Amino acid sequence: MEDSLSVKHLLGIKEISYEDIQLIFRTADNFKTVINRPIKRVPTLRDITIANIFFENSTRTRVSFELAEKRLTADIVNFSSTSSSVTKGETLIDTVNNILAMKVDMVVMRHPAPGAAVFLAKHTKTQVINAGDGTHEHPTQALLDACSIKEKLGEIEGKKIAIIGDIMHSRVALSNILCLQKLGAEVMVCGPATLIPRHIEHLGVKIEYNLKKALDWCDVANVLRIQLERQDIKYFPTLREYTMQYGISRRILESLDKEITIMHPGPINRGVEITSEVADHNQSIILDQVENGVAIRMAVLYLLAMKRPENAIS
Amino acid sequence: MEKRLILDNSLSRIILERIALQITENHGDMRDCAIIGMQPRGILLARKLLEIITRISGNKSILYGELDSTFYRDDFRQGDKMLVPNTIKIDFLIENKKIIMVDDVLYTGRSVRSSLNALGDFGRPRKIELMALIDRKFNRELPIQPDYVGEEVDTRTNDRVEVKWSEDKSTPEVWIITE
Repeated sequence: MEDSLSVKHLLGIKEISYEDIQLIFRTADNFKTVINRPIKRVPTLRDITIANIFFENSTRTRVSFELAEKRLTADIVNFSSTSSSVTKGETLIDTVNNILAMKVDMVVMRHPAPGAAVFLAKHTKTQVINAGDGTHEHPTQALLDACSIKEKLGEIEGKKIAIIGDIMHSRVALSNILCLQKLGAEVMVCGPATLIPRHIEHLGVKIEYNLKKALDWCDVANVLRIQLERQDIKYFPTLREYTMQYGISRRILESLDKEITIMHPGPINRGVEITSEVADHNQSIILDQVENGVAIRMAVLYLLAMKRPENAIS
Repeated sequence: MEKRLILDNSLSRIILERIALQITENHGDMRDCAIIGMQPRGILLARKLLEIITRISGNKSILYGELDSTFYRDDFRQGDKMLVPNTIKIDFLIENKKIIMVDDVLYTGRSVRSSLNALGDFGRPRKIELMALIDRKFNRELPIQPDYVGEEVDTRTNDRVEVKWSEDKSTPEVWIITE
């Protein structure tokens, strides 16, 4: 069993190995016991300062990272692009280097441009954790999704997972596909043809355009949000039509001959890709995903902090 | 490399009986007490001790837990070695309990310090006592002393104390290894 990550940054699922993922899961289990007791804090990262740099809106990921950092006793600074000098024309590298000059050890970054995290890791001297880069990757989300599936079904290997909805604009989709495949699951994407990226079959996923068929096939359905803010042209006629064809409702779930697990990375457009009834049903593990998110992020921060020997007090 | 046996199986069995008697002498039927093994190496010892104390005191429901203090250590990121956390299993309230912490070897006292901090995050026990099978008493780096000791040994810093458990995990054997 490996006890150290093979990487210094968490840029994407693509860069990490099966052993890394298992190590993160094992460590997250330890942190789950920490966050479920009366005093939810351990002093492990008390000498580390982390900057949360968000160039894009976020609720869950940001709160989750912040809580994870606080529960590890790290010092944190929060930074969002709207209230900063970025609006005055400062470049990404300059912004980050200025923050690093104030002795920050790690950067958690969300950015609208795909590859921003890789770029930052290459050009600055900090440890970078990708909290979502455009439509590219969102590794911690994929890890917490996989962790939630493992918790619910006991095993990921051999399970069938359908990712449903706006695959084209989703960083969650790509990270999930890579992560689940590394763990030995079969992955299918399902959605309107306009929202399935071309050549995605080269990733080794099945493609299905019919929702009912996809649900019949899968053990777990991970339902994605329709990302209207990223859609520059019309990909489907109306939201109502999308909902009628791809919305997950109680009725379609009851028409299946088995019970499947429903996931959603949030934020939910209730009544669009999923009805309220389904989102709040006990078949759905949406809130478990959120709970696991903190433990997974604690594990990632902890394991990456261990990879900083140059920073040791000695 | 030189190896020296300081406790064999039969002697360690007698010592564990003696410590169990001392603990029951102090705590009677163990009603407000909890035995907590320190991960990773105190666990087998704590389980064995629990078994003996259960027999002696007649109390079949003595509280028992296992504590890991990896996240509280003060040498985090100082060595080349990765610190791997172990499971914590404390499924009772330690508030107002008398805790007996169990570890196999007491050396610098630093892991006891981190365990005390970790335990503090579970509540405020009435009292905490420390039991160590081996006390390397001249190597302490913190003002920490055990309440129950199996055997005191005088070692140098380049000595290593190894506790080996028999196949059936019933009795330990203790060796001092000089590199």
